[in-house]
Amino acid sequence: MGDIFQQITGAVIAIILALAGLVIYFWGTNWLLDRLLSSGSSSGNEITRRDNIRSQIRPWLFLFPALLFLTVYLVYPVVETFRLSFFDKNGVFIGFGNYVWAFGDSGFRQSIFNNILWLLIVPFFATAFGLVIAVLADRLWWGTIAKSLVFMPMAISFVGASVIWRFVYDYRAAGENQIGLLNAIVTGFGLPPQAWITLPLWNSVFLMVILIWIQTGFAMVILSAALRGVPEETLEAARIDGANGFRIFFDIMIPQIWGTIVVVWTTITIVVLKVFDIIFAMTNGQWDTEVLANLMFKWMFVNFDYGRGSTIAVIIMLSVLPIMVWNIRRANAEEGTR
Amino acid sequence: MATADIATDIPRPVSSSPNLLSRIDAGRIFTHIALLVLVIIWTVPTAGLLISSLRDKDQLAVSGWWTALTTSRSQNVERLPTAEGQVEENGKFVIRGNLFGDATHKTISAFGLTADTPAATPVGGSMPMNDGGTITVQSTGDYEWLSDTKFEHTRGPRVFFVADIPPRFTLENYVEVLTANGVFRSFVNSFTVTIPATIIPILMAAFAAYALAWMRFPFRGLIVAVVVGLLVVPLQMSLIPLLSMYNNIAHVLGAEDGKTYLGIWLAHTAFGLPLAIYLLRNYMAALPKEIMESARIDGASHFQIFTGMVLPLSFPALASFSIFQFLWVWNDLLVAMVFLGAQESKLVLTGKLVSLLGSRGNNWEILTAGAFVTIVVPLIVFFSLQRYFVRGLLAGSVK
Repeated sequence: MGDIFQQITGAVIAIILALAGLVIYFWGTNWLLDRLLSSGSSSGNEITRRDNIRSQIRPWLFLFPALLFLTVYLVYPVVETFRLSFFDKNGVFIGFGNYVWAFGDSGFRQSIFNNILWLLIVPFFATAFGLVIAVLADRLWWGTIAKSLVFMPMAISFVGASVIWRFVYDYRAAGENQIGLLNAIVTGFGLPPQAWITLPLWNSVFLMVILIWIQTGFAMVILSAALRGVPEETLEAARIDGANGFRIFFDIMIPQIWGTIVVVWTTITIVVLKVFDIIFAMTNGQWDTEVLANLMFKWMFVNFDYGRGSTIAVIIMLSVLPIMVWNIRRANAEEGTR
Repeated sequence: MATADIATDIPRPVSSSPNLLSRIDAGRIFTHIALLVLVIIWTVPTAGLLISSLRDKDQLAVSGWWTALTTSRSQNVERLPTAEGQVEENGKFVIRGNLFGDATHKTISAFGLTADTPAATPVGGSMPMNDGGTITVQSTGDYEWLSDTKFEHTRGPRVFFVADIPPRFTLENYVEVLTANGVFRSFVNSFTVTIPATIIPILMAAFAAYALAWMRFPFRGLIVAVVVGLLVVPLQMSLIPLLSMYNNIAHVLGAEDGKTYLGIWLAHTAFGLPLAIYLLRNYMAALPKEIMESARIDGASHFQIFTGMVLPLSFPALASFSIFQFLWVWNDLLVAMVFLGAQESKLVLTGKLVSLLGSRGNNWEILTAGAFVTIVVPLIVFFSLQRYFVRGLLAGSVK
């Protein structure tokens, strides 16, 4: 108990110190800048020069702590991981040796295959369900409650969600009382119960269901907001022309919000590429469910081979890269319109 | 003229309007049903977990949570004491006891002496035993084994029985996970990690966001591009170099390893910064230009404008980010495992839950209650602050 008390005290002190440190830094440097380069008692030319210097320096004072953290914790490690991927377990340079190993390794190929499967299935279904729920909910009086409930899994950790779904998938031998919902339904139809988590290929799908369950809420919220931007006159015009609900949905709504659908799709794609917790908690890669992020964790913490671990991380990074470039270009384009 | 007759005889509105009405109603009903089905699919798994966590653990193991309100029936077996347990009363020899031990809420409906015939005799009845005498079992589980001759068996015979467990809801599972399984400790650890990691990045990000939104300086565009790029960099890229760095620092300082709370606070701070800067910059950049300019003309410095105007005005964006960061840090498993380790006393709730899945994978009373303890805090945050969460989500993606 004393241990816990110490821990809490430590956290409180850390918050106070960090905030005090930041406040002192920002106020202090600002005060120093104004003080050292004060524009008082100087000629007009000198004032302009000093003002200029100050406005050159000030942004960097504002940026410094954030840039420091980003550099140490994200930029440097990215470079370092690239470098490490060319070294073996003992720190000997082996060129592309790790990459050659990776593509010959059955575990790695299994992971790539599964990751592609995840990429094909999860973003599609999460976006599709999100869109359907958004469209349905916006037309009903209890839509807000419905959306709130579908959105709820977004707040649940991947591990918590894994436990929730493992309970749904729970398996008892035939003849016993099934306490897992899925097997209860299956046996209710007179079919034999299945150990879903060990069923080859399908088990990956059952793990994907967890992520779809979580991400649908995200897709729904974003798409729902986009749908509200579709002009009512357009929909009205289509209705007058006699278009039915399905035509309006496919021919008018979807083209109008296509840009948002792409954003949602790519955002979920990135989540999928990094998915780790679900596989780690549910199967730890057994029964052919391995994915890259979990494989990397194994090479890092089970085999302590930082070279191969880094190589797998780089491959995850490379698969994210196209989306990253696209995001940056989009942000730049927007910068131009501002 | 025939056409005119038809036109007057069958007025179109009458024939088509009920048809149209019924079609609209059908569509409406279909919408209601479709959404209802989807909402049920989305909520039932969580509901099942919550209901199960509140059930009696014996019931939980033998019946589905959807039967939580009905009495469940299970077959059990219990071994009777050896001859040493006998007492002599009025010239007869007796062995007494209760088949349930101390549990009181169950009842027995029938019992038997072999696994194939667990319901051979209804309660209150008697059965002859192989070791001599007869046994009588009551519905409470009390049994009495009576014999005229002295018991001499050295191995207690088994009694099979059918037990009815009436529906029962309890907080016992929660008490058990919080006291006996180290979940409470993990709960404290999760807070220890999350609160500082949520608060520390805010001020840092706000200053940087203001600079990127309202100040002019070289490389601004490049820095914005880097921040947008870092938004999607997989954390996996950071783990190995940072772990090595932490271990080296610990080595220099003479500590045993680099797994400290300070280390994880700083790591989470940095990992949250790209989103924080991005969200806050977008928000600040959308603030009306005129206010800034008039303040500048009045002689206010950037520092005064930022602390006096922009920071208070940015409250909604700050709130959005804080919720994101809180949920993300609380729900994180990977960063905690790498930078805090798998040592029992340092496990956060997600790590604890994974370890329970491994060690108590079939004890659903532990897992369901443990899982609910893990998700209850984010759910409270989520439902009470959903507005800010949604706003942040929209600002972060639809741009």
